[in-house]
Amino acid sequence: MVQNNLNILIVGVGGQGTLLASRILGTIALRLGLECKLSEVHGMSQRGGSVVTHVKWGKEVFSPIVCQGDADYILSFETLEAIRWSDFLKESGYIIVSNQEILPMPVITGKEVYPKDAFKKLRDKNLNVIEIDGLKLAELAGSSKAVNVVLIGMLCAKEKIELDLAKEAIKHCVKEKNLELNLIALELGYEAIEKRGI
Amino acid sequence: MGSLLLANEAIALGAYEADVKVVSSYPGTPSTEITESASKYDSIYTEWAPNEKVALEVAIGACFSGVRSMCCMKHVGLNVAADPLFTLSYTGVNAGLVIVVADDPGMHSSQNEQDSRYYALSAHIPMLEPADSSEARDFVKIAYIISEKYDTPVIIRLTTRIAHSRSFVEPQERIEIQNKPYLKDVSKYVMMPSMARFRHLHVEKRENDLSRDISLYNTNSIVLRSQKLGIVCSGAVYQYVMEASDASVFKLGMIYPIDFDAVRTFASQVQELIVVEELEPFFEKELLSQGIQCHGKEIFGRQGEFCVSYIKQKLEGGLTTEKIKDKIPQRPPVMCAGCPHRSVFYALKKLKIKVCGDIGCYALGALEPLSSVDLCVCMGASIGMAHGFDKGNTGEGENTVAVIGDSTFLHSGINSLINSTYNNGTSTIVILDNSITAMTGHQDNPSTGITIKGQQGHKIDLYRLCLACGAGSVRVVDAYNIQEVTNALKEEISNKCVSVIIARRPCALLNKKYPPAYFIETKKCIYCKQCLAIGCPAIENLGNSVRINKELCVGCGVCTQMCKFEAIISEGK
Repeated sequence: MVQNNLNILIVGVGGQGTLLASRILGTIALRLGLECKLSEVHGMSQRGGSVVTHVKWGKEVFSPIVCQGDADYILSFETLEAIRWSDFLKESGYIIVSNQEILPMPVITGKEVYPKDAFKKLRDKNLNVIEIDGLKLAELAGSSKAVNVVLIGMLCAKEKIELDLAKEAIKHCVKEKNLELNLIALELGYEAIEKRGI
Repeated sequence: MGSLLLANEAIALGAYEADVKVVSSYPGTPSTEITESASKYDSIYTEWAPNEKVALEVAIGACFSGVRSMCCMKHVGLNVAADPLFTLSYTGVNAGLVIVVADDPGMHSSQNEQDSRYYALSAHIPMLEPADSSEARDFVKIAYIISEKYDTPVIIRLTTRIAHSRSFVEPQERIEIQNKPYLKDVSKYVMMPSMARFRHLHVEKRENDLSRDISLYNTNSIVLRSQKLGIVCSGAVYQYVMEASDASVFKLGMIYPIDFDAVRTFASQVQELIVVEELEPFFEKELLSQGIQCHGKEIFGRQGEFCVSYIKQKLEGGLTTEKIKDKIPQRPPVMCAGCPHRSVFYALKKLKIKVCGDIGCYALGALEPLSSVDLCVCMGASIGMAHGFDKGNTGEGENTVAVIGDSTFLHSGINSLINSTYNNGTSTIVILDNSITAMTGHQDNPSTGITIKGQQGHKIDLYRLCLACGAGSVRVVDAYNIQEVTNALKEEISNKCVSVIIARRPCALLNKKYPPAYFIETKKCIYCKQCLAIGCPAIENLGNSVRINKELCVGCGVCTQMCKFEAIISEGK
């Protein structure tokens, strides 16, 4: 259970649902009786660019943003973005990565190459990496858009946050018509951690 | 029960609780959600104006009529509204008027990093800066009290990290304010030289009065910790400083005018006084001008945003320990799959045309692979710049085209079109009409005819408007049709008059009911890579073949026009 401050970075590509993910985590914090601040990105970088949302939980939170080397968790919805933001992770932190690859424009135009050994790169940094096929679980839940909630489920399981509490937070944040699939996505993420026993 | 609100949403809550009756604004990141949130309260009449100058003038009219009013904008929007702003400072208000301006240090979504605090200084208007959402709400209420007591507009300044951060806000009771009667008073409301001279005296007097009274409003706060170092700061920087250092902190809530006496007392309690502020050394110079010894900008730069670790490093004087970043591909923002701007920029690039761009999603037309925008300065500038390019570069300038969005054209492009036709211009103007203000998150505007409250208003007919402004030729083309756009450009460029091409297609994010995605029939594809030239994020280059990502493809079909081998097939066929 969350005792002290917890810094979470949510990274991905504009349009992958980082904003919803941070709102759900904010709601979970409130239900845990914690102080919470979130910092979001709006505007130009939302258009398919690299996006990052900061979530800070704790007894007392000042800055709404997480610094380099200060994240307890990074939730990454895309592989390349995991590498880009990995220097924000604490030594004791976990980086949970959905192994989806979305090619950035310099790769599409052939100027640059998408790293083939992305996960090796991450592991070589001695980071605690948890790889997951988030897209597969999200599709199983009913929508490829639910990768964000799968990863929230994983974080909740890691932090031993009660599944029912997380479900309440989802109910608070998600539209009725998408509720069922998001609850399934949450459970699938939660189970993925429990099954691995990590 | 409270909730996690953006400071922008908290400002709207504050407006509701303070019984604000009129909010008029133009969208601009990071300020847009203030007005969007305000529109959800039935008691607040809310509107999108075509630009910030009009918005502020509406707010001025409303406050003179006797109700509290508000006007919100991003930092560069205040430049547009600066004309009424400076004279509003002279007239003062009837009911209260608050302007909210959101600065963007680090330029998350802006073209410059200007520091709005200088507007407060030069227009002699009080300015408050909150440090979280709850304080943002509180400061709105204080701002109206100050506005009415000292007969002045008040500016609330935000920065991106406050505007777009969420923190806990507990709603408070809403007060109801009686409308103030409007009493005709030309000496106050009509600013001609003889009246304005007297009002200028008022400006000086009220600033002196407020300067003496600042402590009454409890907007500043002091955290006494180490006596070795005292730090003066405000807004988001205060939050960083609290984590980065154990210094004593003077947090300015009213950032103009500054309570110099209080800072002087604080300075006497610490051995050294450092000012930590993003952007310009505004506080530092103000404090030095009053003989308060302090420093800061020689340690902290003027550029970008600060954060906890940056401040910590600078205060401790150590070397920057930023980790070495991996050499991995950048991911710049791109036009979305199905974006109707893509095909227009592709046509412009193929014709090797000089393009004066403008502010909106289509500024992305400057990036690879479309790389077709040559110039981009500010809202509405494209048309004037194209005209200037043609006039200044006779002969060579014939190929200049201005590209501007529907909302930006209505913001400040119309005057430039009138200028071009009046002064015998020859430039060609492409209005990218995607029927929405897209970049800031899809706000309606006069070209959609729908108001922020969802009511039907007059829908501006861009075609007739351009003809009325004197354009020699106006035509509408399908933005998705590369050949049609290309033909129109060729013809209009050779026209010796100002011509307008309206390239029409709604923003791809508006209509969520997409036709089936396309796929590549590998037997027919020879990997000529032509389809990659349009820079669609859904078309992926795999090194020896091309694939369409069906998660991203919205079935616009623009890429099929690029393929000579008919290898791009709709999944619906």
